[in-house]
Amino acid sequence: MGISQIIFYMLAAFTLLSALFVVFSKNPIYSVLWLILCFFSIAGHFVMLNAQFLAVVHIIVYSGAIMVLFLFTVMLLNLNSETEPHKPTLLKFAAVLSGGALFLIIIAAVRSTMPAPYVAPQLSEVGYVKNIGMKLYRDYTLPFEVASILFLSAMIGSVVLAKKERFN
Amino acid sequence: MFLLIFKIALIVILFLISLGVAAYATYGERKVAAFMQDRIGPDRAGPFGLLQPIADGVKMFMKEEIIPNVSDKLLFILGPCIFMITALMTSAVIPWGTAMEFDGVKYGLQVADINIGILYVFGVVSLGVYGIMIGGWASNNKFALLGAVRASSQMISYELAMGMSLIAIIMMSGSLSLNDIVAQQGQGKLYGFIPVSGLNWNIFYQPLGFIIFLICAFAECNRTPFDLPECETELVGGYHTEYSSMKLGLYLFAEYINMFVSGAIISCLYFGGYNFPGLEYLSTVLNPNLVSIISFGALFTKAIFFVFFFMWIRWTIPRFRYDQLMKLGWQVLLPLSILNVLLTGGGLTIFSK
Amino acid sequence: MNVSVDYIAIFIQFLVGFGFVATTMVATHYLGPKRKTADKLASFECGIDSQGNARLPFSIKYFLTAILFVMFDVEVIFMYPWAVNFKELGSTGFIEMLLFIGTLLIGFAYIIKRGALKWE
Repeated sequence: MGISQIIFYMLAAFTLLSALFVVFSKNPIYSVLWLILCFFSIAGHFVMLNAQFLAVVHIIVYSGAIMVLFLFTVMLLNLNSETEPHKPTLLKFAAVLSGGALFLIIIAAVRSTMPAPYVAPQLSEVGYVKNIGMKLYRDYTLPFEVASILFLSAMIGSVVLAKKERFN
Repeated sequence: MFLLIFKIALIVILFLISLGVAAYATYGERKVAAFMQDRIGPDRAGPFGLLQPIADGVKMFMKEEIIPNVSDKLLFILGPCIFMITALMTSAVIPWGTAMEFDGVKYGLQVADINIGILYVFGVVSLGVYGIMIGGWASNNKFALLGAVRASSQMISYELAMGMSLIAIIMMSGSLSLNDIVAQQGQGKLYGFIPVSGLNWNIFYQPLGFIIFLICAFAECNRTPFDLPECETELVGGYHTEYSSMKLGLYLFAEYINMFVSGAIISCLYFGGYNFPGLEYLSTVLNPNLVSIISFGALFTKAIFFVFFFMWIRWTIPRFRYDQLMKLGWQVLLPLSILNVLLTGGGLTIFSK
Repeated sequence: MNVSVDYIAIFIQFLVGFGFVATTMVATHYLGPKRKTADKLASFECGIDSQGNARLPFSIKYFLTAILFVMFDVEVIFMYPWAVNFKELGSTGFIEMLLFIGTLLIGFAYIIKRGALKWE
């Protein structure tokens, strides 16, 4: 077993563990923090695949921007234990049932997938920012421009939602 | 293997230098403040008060450690740790000097010469927000919470204009690696005709971008005039209201390390990094290792100048109001930086033909 | 230059920082005096007994700022691969980016117009 394989398995184990802690933490703030660690280990996987740009963008966008938003949202909630809403038993039962069903489906889907042949990642330079830029702005111009429309609609949507109270 | 040992040595030296600079920046800050307010400043500990930082450090260690009852204890400790670690890690991609040479093999004076260079800095800086937010929230104190929320809002707002002003630099260099960006500023002639070597600095092409970047650096470091997060008159101590002993020390200390590192980054991006007029001549007559150390000295001087500049501004300009701060970030700096990108794009398209 | 060495170096730098912080925390815990009283450990509110705790919802303004930040951040990230290839892509790439920035500016103008960034 090569050293990169050992690193991979350690990273993978850490990714799974931190993802599990996201679910099992009682305090939502801890969940958010575990999720940040999970994103970090995923960025580590990108580095292992030599996709450096993707790795750093993953950290900037997910860990640096989206998780800040999550943390704000969680802090906006009233986190006192007295105000903790208690869900009815029926709802809990339904949640367990649907969650279990989803789990089964995922297991089945994973079982039926063909594992892709192993490609030595160190040799590829596809993940370098230069190559990504060339691909994105030569071959995928239309999706890029459509993405800007998507951002526009997201911006307008968030402003409308946040400024709602002004109309009534 | 020697490469790894060289890197470890470099990391440790850099670590010690950042700590030393940060320690003496606290002393420098008081002396600068004293000078500007016509006072003497610290002069009791050692000659000219030069031992003051050490005395301060010992004091911080010997203070009682207080963790409030209502706080979230683990996160309360974690907050300053994250802030400090991110401050210490930013310096990894800065090229500190020309390459050293041992047995004919060149070793770059840089911890990590990675392809994404400046984006790494950007990524680490964006994580610094967590140190403040977690610390402020975990304190379970209203002042601390408000300070933390203010700080993080401010930092994320100014990150945008910062990233945008960087784009203009990258358009000129065609590379994200700080090593390339600095090396390019040492080559060619300024504006294509001024015959001084090693002076092809980006500041002469990007004055607007530099001003935007500098202002954003002030805001990212939470320095006056943008020190709203710890604005004493409104928020007691801001996000570190509840902190004491070395946990407070780490917050304060990390601020000075951030100042030093951002000074180094500004120098690398706009002031030629380790380049200075005459470097080319020196490298033909002197031993490469000696040149390397001299070039490190050049970058260090520039970085220290910026640390001094940070202090100068702090004791000169009053604090902003929060709405003014947000207005400046979003409605002035962001459009200006977009304009800067467009101007650079237009200029490059016209002049490259 | 081997890429992996650089990342290992970053990891070592992280370890150095982590080691320093951990040592400091442990040292400050054991060095300082410990005379704790209930008053000392109460949260600070300028000497007045504190009312409730700080698990309070705060202004939605901060939240909106964070949402807008996420969107603009992604747009800025989109511009990096373009900036790196600016010289190769030439004027075609510049026009593409002008369209992109144009859409961004429409959104920005809307945000300003609706006063989403106004802090009263």
